[in-house]
Amino acid sequence: MSETVSVKLIHAHRDRFAQLTICFVAFLVCAAFVWIVSDLVRGGWAHLSWDFLVDSPRDAGRAGGIGPILVSTALILLIALMAALPLGWMTAALLAEYVSASGGFGYAVRYSLQVLAGVPSIVFGLFGNAFFSIYLGMGFSILSGGLTLACMLLPILVSTAESGLRAVPDAYRLSAAALGMSRATTLFRLLLPAAAPALAAGLLLGIGRAMAETAALLFTSGYVDRMPGSLLDSGRSLAIHIFDLSMNVSGGDAPAHASALVLIVALLLINMVAMWFTIGWQRRRIVSE
Amino acid sequence: MIWSKHSISSPSASAEPAPVDKLVLWLLRGGAGIAAALVLLILLFVTVESWPALRHISVERFLTDPSWNPGESKYNLAPMLSGTLYAAGGALLLATPLGIASALFIAYYASPRTAGIYRRLIELLAGIPSVVYGFWGLTTLVPLINQLHPPGASLLAGILVLTLMILPTITLTAHAALLAVPGEYLRGAAALGMSRWGMIHGVALPASKTGIVAGIMLATGRAIGETMAVLMVTGNVVRHADSLFDPVRTLAANIVLEMAYAMNDHRAALFVSGLTLMLLVMVLSGVAGWLGRTRHV
Repeated sequence: MSETVSVKLIHAHRDRFAQLTICFVAFLVCAAFVWIVSDLVRGGWAHLSWDFLVDSPRDAGRAGGIGPILVSTALILLIALMAALPLGWMTAALLAEYVSASGGFGYAVRYSLQVLAGVPSIVFGLFGNAFFSIYLGMGFSILSGGLTLACMLLPILVSTAESGLRAVPDAYRLSAAALGMSRATTLFRLLLPAAAPALAAGLLLGIGRAMAETAALLFTSGYVDRMPGSLLDSGRSLAIHIFDLSMNVSGGDAPAHASALVLIVALLLINMVAMWFTIGWQRRRIVSE
Repeated sequence: MIWSKHSISSPSASAEPAPVDKLVLWLLRGGAGIAAALVLLILLFVTVESWPALRHISVERFLTDPSWNPGESKYNLAPMLSGTLYAAGGALLLATPLGIASALFIAYYASPRTAGIYRRLIELLAGIPSVVYGFWGLTTLVPLINQLHPPGASLLAGILVLTLMILPTITLTAHAALLAVPGEYLRGAAALGMSRWGMIHGVALPASKTGIVAGIMLATGRAIGETMAVLMVTGNVVRHADSLFDPVRTLAANIVLEMAYAMNDHRAALFVSGLTLMLLVMVLSGVAGWLGRTRHV
């Protein structure tokens, strides 16, 4: 009798210990997050101003602002999305609506996208440098950087759009078929609009991923911090600017902090809007069913 | 009756799809084909670019040359390889328990509200760019480690930064695996009077083991391929590290550092290290995908 009691006691102690450890770990992770964000805010807040956002960098970025860099970043993003969105959504529509998951072609596409998702960003950089910059002769340009990023974004765009399309209730497809709508009309008029919030969330996640990227852009879009005149000019993205200021420019810490703060705030906003899209969408689906 | 028969045999209801459908299907197939071919294109180009080095330099020279000194055609990648493996291994050792504990916290310990907030925080942590992790490590961690044991920019700093970066991957995949554990297992365990930790340790973790391991594989791939953050905090000295406080250089960091001025065989050797990275990560994600599939069988 006393043995069972002591075993129970040991179990209770073990339980308590496990709970404490796990809660401590959770606290530790939260603390790390707060530490990082507060460091960036403290280091960058004083340097941040409207002028910083619109001015050109001077003295290798120690003074001045990040205006041209924001423009370059936006152009690179635009190119990447214009190339990756049609391709990604087409692939997603095919995988979700037209081919079976276990069939040969569908399996091959899915497998190669899974591999693509795992390829390290520096390898994308090497590929972009060899293929877009040199083989296709685009040089160090916003165009070649954007196209390299498009390759990187493809897996995330496909997977979010595919799961969004799969989440559209089958009743939609059956009703459309019963009304005699062609599959193309069903896809464009019914399924894609119904999955629009998921597509938007995927788009935002893709933007976030693209803005965060450095290694793939170093040898494709280059370092030049002037205002880009055309898409074939080299342009420095915000992430590369942070890298350059902190590694290659002594005394560049304050603008680097401020740039990092701008990047983080933009990414947090994008992430939050993406989450809001997915959550609002799920809620609406539950209400409508 | 005749009217309805006519309607049934009308073109839109027959087995032959409308021409626009065929067109769309072929368009979609074309798009998906391009998407699928990208991986082959990347593999092809990286291989073609590294071919000069693979032809001139025998493979074992990448491991047995006296040093890494491309100017004198010495191409020993072994110190970089060991740096990569030490950093990734150390980060895994730290991030695996932390990540699984975080997943358990979300799944079984936190109230739904806290769990939601904590999960979101983990997702935000996953969204922080690697260059920002690197910058933070450079301005905060490296000076701290420098006080402990100079020079500061070291393997330890790399491990800590990598830990933060792969923790979200492990947490989110482990949480998904825990969610997939059938509810009746847990109810059965509770009905047997098992304690909470007994339930987790004896039922939930074994049942979700393959999913968690698949997540760890993915995280390993990310740790091996991570470039910027590691580059910024590890000091980048080409040599085998003797202690945690020694500076190291990883394969990916080496590419970034030398690509700008590399020519001919040197450039090809850098592509060889990129190819090595890509193959390593492909094997890891292949194993992870295979584990993920076997879980459902």
